[in-house]
Amino acid sequence: MFLTDEEKRILDGSEGPGKQKAMEMLYALGLTFDAEKLIPVKRAHVALSGQEGDTYWCELLVSGGATCAITPTTNPYWDTCYLTKFYEVTKEELDLANRTGEAYRKIGAKLTYHCAPGLSTGVPFFGEHIAYSESSATPYVNGALGARSNRESSISALAAAVIGKTPYYGFHIDENRHGHLLIEVEADVKDCYDWGILGHVVGELAGYHNPVLRFKHKVNPGPEDYLYFGAEAATSGAVAMYHMVGVTPEAPTIEAAFGGGKVPAAAAVITDKDLKDREAKLTPATGDINLVMLGCPHYTYDQILEIDRLFAGRKVSHNTAFWILAEAGAVELAERSHLRQKLELLGVRMVGDTCIDEPCWKSFEGHLGLTDSPKCAYYRERRGQPFAIRRLSECVEAAIKGRID
Amino acid sequence: MSQDVKSYKCRKIVKGCAGGEAVVSRDAMCFYLTDPETGEVIERNHAIHGKSIANKILVLKSGKGSSVVQVDGFYQLWMKHNLPAAIILVETEPVIVSAAVMVECTMVDRMEADPYEVIEDGDHVEVDAEKGEVRVRKEAA
Repeated sequence: MFLTDEEKRILDGSEGPGKQKAMEMLYALGLTFDAEKLIPVKRAHVALSGQEGDTYWCELLVSGGATCAITPTTNPYWDTCYLTKFYEVTKEELDLANRTGEAYRKIGAKLTYHCAPGLSTGVPFFGEHIAYSESSATPYVNGALGARSNRESSISALAAAVIGKTPYYGFHIDENRHGHLLIEVEADVKDCYDWGILGHVVGELAGYHNPVLRFKHKVNPGPEDYLYFGAEAATSGAVAMYHMVGVTPEAPTIEAAFGGGKVPAAAAVITDKDLKDREAKLTPATGDINLVMLGCPHYTYDQILEIDRLFAGRKVSHNTAFWILAEAGAVELAERSHLRQKLELLGVRMVGDTCIDEPCWKSFEGHLGLTDSPKCAYYRERRGQPFAIRRLSECVEAAIKGRID
Repeated sequence: MSQDVKSYKCRKIVKGCAGGEAVVSRDAMCFYLTDPETGEVIERNHAIHGKSIANKILVLKSGKGSSVVQVDGFYQLWMKHNLPAAIILVETEPVIVSAAVMVECTMVDRMEADPYEVIEDGDHVEVDAEKGEVRVRKEAA
């Protein structure tokens, strides 16, 4: 792997131990994936989480004197000011959250606290080379927008932001963006929930490979649809790039999706029954629920509007909490349009800058919750809350009854 | 009991030399879904659900899932001294590589034989990343 003299100086520690650590990370990845060199990037997204592993890395770079060469956008941890009004956390949990904010302020990140940068807070150009972590953000920017990012971890994306470069391998290179396997979709994909379930089935089939989807019925996915699809394909699998024939920008035809090469036989056909079976498999139990949790990935303003429409003035059951986790800008818009106040009267609360996988939600653990996101359910399992999975309209009806059947 | 040791070439990803009992996972893993106190895999429907990876030689299909909690999964196991002694990857993926780099968990890939063909649960396996070598001793009779 070729390094310039300046890059070599950083690697040998001449510019301090923080930049050296960052360069060691990029160099190790470059060697592993046979990169010929580093290339400059002007955008990075760091999937910070407020968890110890990630905060450890940011503090390690900061204490070694590193700051960001390009200002990366960031994922959420949790809104400590607002949520501590509702829920108790330990001193250690609050300290960790405060340490996280402080470390990312010091390193010079843009504290957007939003997990779907491709929708609003960091929208790259077609063909732009970037370093985006957050497993749901990477397939969005590659597949839906046609920007070029590898499947970065939070720590490799932060290293890229510090150096302003990323190793040139994988999805940065034309031929690696071509499809690997063909999946025929016969299922009728109606809303973002269906797109999510479809993504979950596709992720398991594709693993780390690049799937090409061909649809029997015409589809016209919007931002939330792409977001849900990629989020789930990167939960059951490690999908970072995909094509949808006649839909996504690098797949005008099936031949183009496979790089002009031979189109393989279909590896799988996905039907309505496959989506129904997956929903059932992912739901561990039904019964009384203590929480409806939405916003993994973060909800958009349009999704908040949809919740208002579905409730139609009815109220959340007294023994159930209803939380929407949304991009801070969407919460601000809801505030301006008085939607937030209106929904609060029904028992529906919203918060910006916050992830589902945080200690502030622990009072709900040990009981069944309900969500429209298999990704939410998967990561909450570690903290001891099982979740049933249903589309938004069913989540709203269940919230009113306080149970899911 | 057979004491035949077979050697296979591999490629170093993260340096180190380690030996131990093999645990073979045909599924990709997100390390966040392990219990840091025991190293046990807690993901429902996973190929090695309920098995511990602590201080084992883990033969692993690949990494999957989150780009941040994978890192925290490695970190928590590292703090509790329950990381695998070494990981032999079948399909190499950037997030799992960067997590292993951060905590210096010995990692190799590109084994010259299919690891699933030549390594089974319970085999004694030595991974020498510097030499680029995996040595397998069958514990089965």
